[in-house]
Amino acid sequence: MKIDVEHVAKLARLGLTEQEKAKFSKDLAAILDFIGKLEKVNVKNVEPMTQATGLVNAWRQDASIKRDKASRQRILDNAPDQKDGYIKVKAVFE
Amino acid sequence: MPVHNFERFENHTPHLKLMELEGLTIKQAHDGLVAKEFSAKELAKAFLSRIDKEDGAIHAYLLKTAALAQAAAAKADDKIKAGESIGLLEGVPCAIKDNMLVEDQACTAASKILANYQAPYDATAVKKLKSAGAVILGKLNMDEFAMGSSTENSAFGPTRNPCDLERVPGGSSGGSAAAVAADECVYALGSDTGGSIRQPASFCGVVGLKPTYGAVSRYGLMAMASSLDQIGPLTKNVADCRAVFEAIRGKDGRDSTSANFPAIGRSKLEFKNLRIGLPKEYFAKGLDKDVEKLVRQAIEMLVKQGAKVQEISLSHSEYALACYYIIMASEVSANLARYDGIKYGYSAGADKKQEVNNLLDVYLKSRQHGFGDEARRRIMLGTYSLSSGYYDAYYLRAQKVRTKILEDFKQAFAKVDLIMTPVSPTPAFKLGEKIDDPVQMYLSDIYTVPVNLAGVPALSLPCGQIGKLPVGLQIIGPHFSEELIFQVAQFCEDALK
Repeated sequence: MKIDVEHVAKLARLGLTEQEKAKFSKDLAAILDFIGKLEKVNVKNVEPMTQATGLVNAWRQDASIKRDKASRQRILDNAPDQKDGYIKVKAVFE
Repeated sequence: MPVHNFERFENHTPHLKLMELEGLTIKQAHDGLVAKEFSAKELAKAFLSRIDKEDGAIHAYLLKTAALAQAAAAKADDKIKAGESIGLLEGVPCAIKDNMLVEDQACTAASKILANYQAPYDATAVKKLKSAGAVILGKLNMDEFAMGSSTENSAFGPTRNPCDLERVPGGSSGGSAAAVAADECVYALGSDTGGSIRQPASFCGVVGLKPTYGAVSRYGLMAMASSLDQIGPLTKNVADCRAVFEAIRGKDGRDSTSANFPAIGRSKLEFKNLRIGLPKEYFAKGLDKDVEKLVRQAIEMLVKQGAKVQEISLSHSEYALACYYIIMASEVSANLARYDGIKYGYSAGADKKQEVNNLLDVYLKSRQHGFGDEARRRIMLGTYSLSSGYYDAYYLRAQKVRTKILEDFKQAFAKVDLIMTPVSPTPAFKLGEKIDDPVQMYLSDIYTVPVNLAGVPALSLPCGQIGKLPVGLQIIGPHFSEELIFQVAQFCEDALK
């Protein structure tokens, strides 16, 4: 089994050099080979497991957490770029 | 060269010299504080200077939080001076794996992509420790985003095993295990997604608990694989492990998967009724003979107390690691999508060395240069498993196999109270030994990942050494059976002394 690394990297928004493409292609082929053994398990009529301890539908209030100015600023200060209290990004539409 | 202090203080020794403070357990430190043999400030200072002296060779710490530690220590001292009673963890120094937020401190997950990130709030487990009066000394090294089994995947350099500096401390909580083993803190918090508390605890000779899934809130823990991640303690002994676990557990409105933990009874354990299962699939090919011998010797002590041992089968064990790698990687690919160079962390857009023309370039280049190899491998594996055309064959199939693995455990726990296994097939391996072969590295977690898939609790207990390398016994129980695990582990610990 071989992964089309270029396609997957694009889906995952990961830039790769030509050298990295070759390296990850080899690594991922070995891992896929290893996980391929799951094909041998009979999973007919088996429900997929999504939660270990049996919890269902934990609800909470649909309310925002109020933050003071300093706390707001701490979050903004972590952003690569900010303007007028907003996080600044490159244009989404050309 | 730092020397691992295998000799612990057996009993409370009066008039401890400051030199000796760093070897204390939680209980001993607490007793010393209450008896005013030393102050919390002196205790914090002793640890901070030990870190300065010893950590150069080990590299367990990524950050020292001296001001935070001193402030918490001063608070504890004020209470003691005023004659108020203090809690068990109050004034006692600890350290936190660097994937848990401590407010206003750097938090990197050992990744370049978060090298300059400052935590805007406390993780719930950290908040609970703080309100119990804990003195936080610093943040501990780990594999990047907790992905790895050796702490070699840290973007800031590996941690070394205090028992043998040529060897890895295990991972991903390698900094946590090494710091406790090297007496650079009294206890530490780690996180465990596929063995990341238990395997390093085993490699460094300390106690580590992976609690029941949901027992400890994950709020403020940087998510790796949300259906598997759990926070837990790494400590010098079982009593400390229990004390820290009791302080951090509990349902949290900010983690919808956290669970109401049933009240813990303290009934005296009757060994003659205890049934222990040994899964035949775990005592098989690939297990180091010396590791097996030490694990079996520890179990033999319980048999002498009247425990009944029987062979059991966890028949899907063979598939657990493959199942884990698909589920974990799929969740990783979703969870790490947030590191995109926009909201926080490294951004190619703000890096003058990068040529960035549009939004897509920001994503591609921030993630290319921000993430290390293992993070990128897992993101790609997960993206592939979830992508159109492969979802049914990989992710959905793995979720079904996970059901079978949980059923194996449920059937086993209908017959036995606890399951005992080695933690890892070998003792600590050498730095560089497995780093170029991802699949070989993954195999060191072969006995620990099924526990995360089933969401059950398990504790790693030191059960002897091969030369200077510690070996761990894994004690696995049903969901929410931590109290039984602690009682049995306590007995083993006493008997092994």
